[in-house]
Amino acid sequence: MYAQMVKSEGKRPGEALSPEEQAFQDRIDAGERIEPRDWMPEGYRKTLIRQIGQHAHSEIVGQLPEGNWITRAPTLERKAILLAKVQDEAGHGLYLYSAAETLGESRDEMTQKLLDGRMKYSSIFNYPTLTWADIGAIGWLVDGAAIMNQVPLQRTSYGPYARAMVRICKEESFHQRQGYHIMMKMARGTDAQREMAQDALNRFWYPSLMMFGPSDKESVHSAQNMAWKIKINTNDELRQKFVDQTVPQAEFLGLTVPDETLCWNEEKGGYDFAEPDWNEFFEVLKGNGPCNAERIGARQKAWDDGAWFRDGLSAYADKQQARRMAAE
Amino acid sequence: MSQEWPLWEIFIRGQHGMSHRHVGSLHAPDAEMAIRNARDVYTRRKEGVSIWAVRSTDIAASSPSEKGPLFDPADSKVYRHPTFYDIPDDVGHM
Repeated sequence: MYAQMVKSEGKRPGEALSPEEQAFQDRIDAGERIEPRDWMPEGYRKTLIRQIGQHAHSEIVGQLPEGNWITRAPTLERKAILLAKVQDEAGHGLYLYSAAETLGESRDEMTQKLLDGRMKYSSIFNYPTLTWADIGAIGWLVDGAAIMNQVPLQRTSYGPYARAMVRICKEESFHQRQGYHIMMKMARGTDAQREMAQDALNRFWYPSLMMFGPSDKESVHSAQNMAWKIKINTNDELRQKFVDQTVPQAEFLGLTVPDETLCWNEEKGGYDFAEPDWNEFFEVLKGNGPCNAERIGARQKAWDDGAWFRDGLSAYADKQQARRMAAE
Repeated sequence: MSQEWPLWEIFIRGQHGMSHRHVGSLHAPDAEMAIRNARDVYTRRKEGVSIWAVRSTDIAASSPSEKGPLFDPADSKVYRHPTFYDIPDDVGHM
């Protein structure tokens, strides 16, 4: 899940809706899509900018841990695949920024907010990619967890967001499969490769479970966001679904999920599993994860180093425009 | 902050002789770069054979509040559809 703990700007529970707000909620309840020029409550607009913006930032920052291995991919084919995947992430970021911009905040404004810490990105990208197996684990687990969240969001109430999700989901499945393919190759390889694959699973398992955010069964923010259909499932529902889907995949690889309490619960038709360390999660969100400073540092550097280029292309476009005007 | 690149709306013609369809938007300094960026953002998997880029500010749009007056009149004109007319089967395909 790329957007974590999105604070809702909705009314407090029990507060009465104005006639306009009621009509808006009725449209959502009837399954209608809200489009950019439609009337919407200010809270809906603000919450969506926060959520879609965070989602977009996650796609962009998410390129960094994987980009780390482009020059060191084990074969030319793996390198081409990883390049294509990282390029997709850039594309996903752009689709999402465009969707957020229809709500009245520009991409550059959102970028500034990311750089000065007013907007967040997913906690998962603050973990390092130490070995090639981590690239497999990210595709398999991290993209797998993202898919859990993104598939239902194709039905979200805000039209541009839903359409961006449709496009993203089509491409995401390639990401997960290529990751699993790397894991299969390593799990069936030498002892050293198997150990490397197991080590990647050990390190990425709990951070992947954290991607869904802490339990929000009783959160008023989640309740409002679910009423607005910008959140479709609770965090616990998605996490359970992810575990149920992933454990058999790990078994197929012959790898062990690093959770001694993991066991099938016949009654609920799903696995019982250990919660991740939520203190670690909150520390990572606060900026104290292993790579927070490095990630924002890389984005800041890209922004600063790219300034002359953005300005140069703008200056060229202005000059061409002036020439065309003069010729007319 | 320096000047932000303007926003462009991107339209792509798919493979099968369809009309150009709106696929999304992007930022670019000029039309040429808009088309180049659109290729990278919207056609990485052969989604199209032709691209149009239009400045977002150049698009005129109907207002959501006009939806009723603009589109409701068509509701009462069912005779514009072929299914309105009962033609006996004996006539054959028409």
